[in-house]
Amino acid sequence: MDGNYILYKFILASAILLISLLVAMYSTLFERKLAGFFQDRLGPNRAGIFGIFQPLADGLKLFFKEEFMPGSADKFLYILGPSLTMMIALLTSAVIPWGNSIIINGVEYSLQVADINVGVLYVFAILSIGVYGIMIGGWASNNKYALIGAVRAASQMISYELAMSMAIISIVMMSGTLSLSEIVNQQHGFHWNIWYQPLGFLLFLVCAFAECNRSPFDLPECETELIGGYHTEYSSMKLGFYLFAEYINMFISSAMIATLYFGGYNFPFMDDLGLSHNAITMIGTIVFFIKISFFGFVFMWVRWTLPRFRYDQLMRLGWKTLLPLALVNIVITGFVIMLKNHS
Amino acid sequence: MSSANQHIVSLTGRSKVASNKKMTFMERIYLPAIMKGFGITFSHLFKKKATIQYPEVTRPIAEIYRGKHVLKRDDEGRERCTACGLCALACPAEAITMIAAERKPDEMHLYREEKYASVYEINMLRCIFCGLCEEACPKEAIFLTNEIVPSDYERSSFIYGKVILVEPIDKRVDISKRQTPAVLNFKKDKNQSHNI
Ligand code: SF4
Ligand code: SF4
Repeated sequence: MDGNYILYKFILASAILLISLLVAMYSTLFERKLAGFFQDRLGPNRAGIFGIFQPLADGLKLFFKEEFMPGSADKFLYILGPSLTMMIALLTSAVIPWGNSIIINGVEYSLQVADINVGVLYVFAILSIGVYGIMIGGWASNNKYALIGAVRAASQMISYELAMSMAIISIVMMSGTLSLSEIVNQQHGFHWNIWYQPLGFLLFLVCAFAECNRSPFDLPECETELIGGYHTEYSSMKLGFYLFAEYINMFISSAMIATLYFGGYNFPFMDDLGLSHNAITMIGTIVFFIKISFFGFVFMWVRWTLPRFRYDQLMRLGWKTLLPLALVNIVITGFVIMLKNHS
Repeated sequence: MSSANQHIVSLTGRSKVASNKKMTFMERIYLPAIMKGFGITFSHLFKKKATIQYPEVTRPIAEIYRGKHVLKRDDEGRERCTACGLCALACPAEAITMIAAERKPDEMHLYREEKYASVYEINMLRCIFCGLCEEACPKEAIFLTNEIVPSDYERSSFIYGKVILVEPIDKRVDISKRQTPAVLNFKKDKNQSHNI
């Protein structure tokens, strides 16, 4: 492990961190703009042209808001909650292959911070820790609404994680690997997993919404009954962290969907262009980001189209519909794999 | 559907009779309905936006709009208001207050009547722009105009005194649009000429 290697990993990690933060920042603007457009409004457009400075203004506002902590709150946990949420939201980006490799002076530099061979498991592990940030925050606030929100978040996450992992198992069975870069490489060109796993994709998409606490599954923070759920008692930048983490999660989820089902940085006819390896990698990364943006758009599109579920409906959908469907999907996948191996 | 339901008159022609029939399979998996919803929201991305970019663009306002008040002067430029207090009495929001004063001999060119309002204030945060003050005024001194009361940061700045309310002598405010035909007819009456 030479210094060069460490430097390159360091630069890559910081770049991805910065990009995640930047994307999350501007998704807030994008979401507000889209919300406006969906409702025949214009959205924020006063801070700079097209409201380009709106996220900065929002962030500044959050910084200058009163820092309030409920008297009976557990100080340590109260601060730990949002910090944990934010940190965990940023952790997943390490294993996502943002692009193929770049070759400089004969040395190959992969555009993935950590190509661990259990990438899929890592993502799930991190996702399940994610609920702790919400649980701790809701618990530490010492507020009924916050606690109900936290409990809802916990049970929702557990229910949907199950269906989500079942959906992914089909992918793992197909590709025979847990490494994300390997999964992406197998989708070379136009052999995207979506063509082979349409049902799995649908299940994964629905579960991703639920995991991100996004509408129509935003029950942990539903304003109408819980005033804001787990972040009811939070103000200032701590609230900002919670809200911001949601957008980072959205970004990462979109990246995961694109990676697992839409070929990651692969695009059709990539071998026929006759370009150099580095150029293809560059275009691939851009294509990857276009895919991510599209799914980011879908996240917002869904939010401004569908009304929120009722809690029993949410549970019924998770346990009685998505989970059985995911199991059926696994069986079908296994069957097809068996037929293929025999012929 | 029972026969009683069929007689319901729909004013919009769009009312639907709710039914509790069992949902078909396609309805139960929701996806077609969700897709339709996506279509609807997506089409709204390209619809004309309803936003009016105030203050660069303003909504067209009717000439008889009830906006900011004006205290009128007569043809010779004298203030018409005689501080009778009828407007304040008529005001349902109790937004008007005034202090009366007696006209001095050297103020004949300033005030039309012997008694005038030395202070006349309307609290624009209380005012509901009903126009009853205008209706109550026996001297045709107060009128509502088609100007909008601008927003501000301080509550105190919404109490409009005579400085704002009385029309400038060189910039008369045309209120003829707010005078109903009945009022205009009334003004033709010879016996009422002292009022005009
Ligand atoms: S418009 Fe109505 S509410 Fe406003 S000052 Fe006149 S009488 Fe009062
Ligand atoms: S504005 Fe009219 S009603 Fe009000 S005090 Fe003056 S004269 Fe009387």
